Amino acid sequence: MSNDKPYSQLTVWLLAVRDHRDRAAFGDMFDHLAPRLKGFVIRCGARPALAEEIVQDVMLTIWRKAALFDPHKAQASAWIYQIARNRHIDILRKENRPVPDELGEDPGTEPDATQILALEQETLHLKQAIAQLHPDQKEMIEKAYIGDLTHQEISAQTGLPLGTVKSRIRLGLGRLRKELKGLR
Amino acid sequence: MSAITHHIPDPMIAAYAAGSLPHAFSMVVASHLSLCRDCRAALGAHQAVGGALLEEATAVAMSQNAKSNLMARLDEPAAPEPVYDAKGIFPGPVMQSLKGRPPRWKTLGMGVKQNILFEDEMGSARLLYIPAGQAVPDHSHSGLELTLVLQGSFSDETGRFGVGDVEIGDETLEHTPVADAGDPCICLAATDAPLRFKAFMPRLLQPFFRI
Ligand SMILES: [Zn+2]
Repeated sequence: MSNDKPYSQLTVWLLAVRDHRDRAAFGDMFDHLAPRLKGFVIRCGARPALAEEIVQDVMLTIWRKAALFDPHKAQASAWIYQIARNRHIDILRKENRPVPDELGEDPGTEPDATQILALEQETLHLKQAIAQLHPDQKEMIEKAYIGDLTHQEISAQTGLPLGTVKSRIRLGLGRLRKELKGLR
Repeated sequence: MSAITHHIPDPMIAAYAAGSLPHAFSMVVASHLSLCRDCRAALGAHQAVGGALLEEATAVAMSQNAKSNLMARLDEPAAPEPVYDAKGIFPGPVMQSLKGRPPRWKTLGMGVKQNILFEDEMGSARLLYIPAGQAVPDHSHSGLELTLVLQGSFSDETGRFGVGDVEIGDETLEHTPVADAGDPCICLAATDAPLRFKAFMPRLLQPFFRI
């Protein structure tokens, strides 16, 4: 494990906000994240004015809910993605989406920095896999994750690398679990 | 928790993450995700895909004062948001829908009771209470129906469903679920279309019972 900047920048910012209520880190994160979020939310179908409102709401939610961010369980970008989708829908529906209960630690696993790194590693592989998709495949994936496809439409799309992604994450976590057990 | 054998199909978990499921289905999916580590891992994978797409979204400039406006709001007190934790057999998403109160059962006859939790033009969700040994009236579906077991179990032509299991029914499934011996079976059921009961009650009465 390299000690040189082991976590992604987004994770570093989020942890600074979570653990130290670090406004400077939050400001830097805003500069990086807000324009991308705005682009993403517009892709999700919001007009620019509403998109900006949603971005502000998402950023404020990140600030307020940072205590819930656990890099052992979710990559920073994955956590932010879910907040962005939830807030977008809550604002449109004016009603809170049902969200699952927090699950405790997986029996047999101790939260550990290697877990975080493994998840970040997965994110890198994932980005590479997405980058290698055919443009039309990529568009289909995008549509699915911006809420543009119903689940029937998603299930009709065969050949999406979702299964691979899922098994990768599971394999990664499974391997990690074994390694952790070996350490004890 | 380890005994769950009937899960949410993967595309539906992706659709849940993306927010494209009807609210009633989201309640069932979020409830199952509260009980099932496997599907939770799948949700994590889908969120990761969403996150990867978000990170490489084309940047669109925010308006000039956006940042200073937001930084000025960081100390604003957040409006208190009620948090509904799981209580007894009911996962958080069900408690949220019940607004933290116990269910208010309405009798449907034969000991079967229900509590409608949610209804809109996209579908409805309700809790069902079925005494042991009692058949849920034979019904066919005109749409998609998700049934999550919260207490007890039921069996039908397709298998046995215990706590945490989800049965997915559509036009092709005509079945007679029967609550197994033991505790009364309590389920969270969501549908995107009105159910058509064949024998249990006259069709005319359906709007009255909203089944
Ligand atoms: Zn499951």
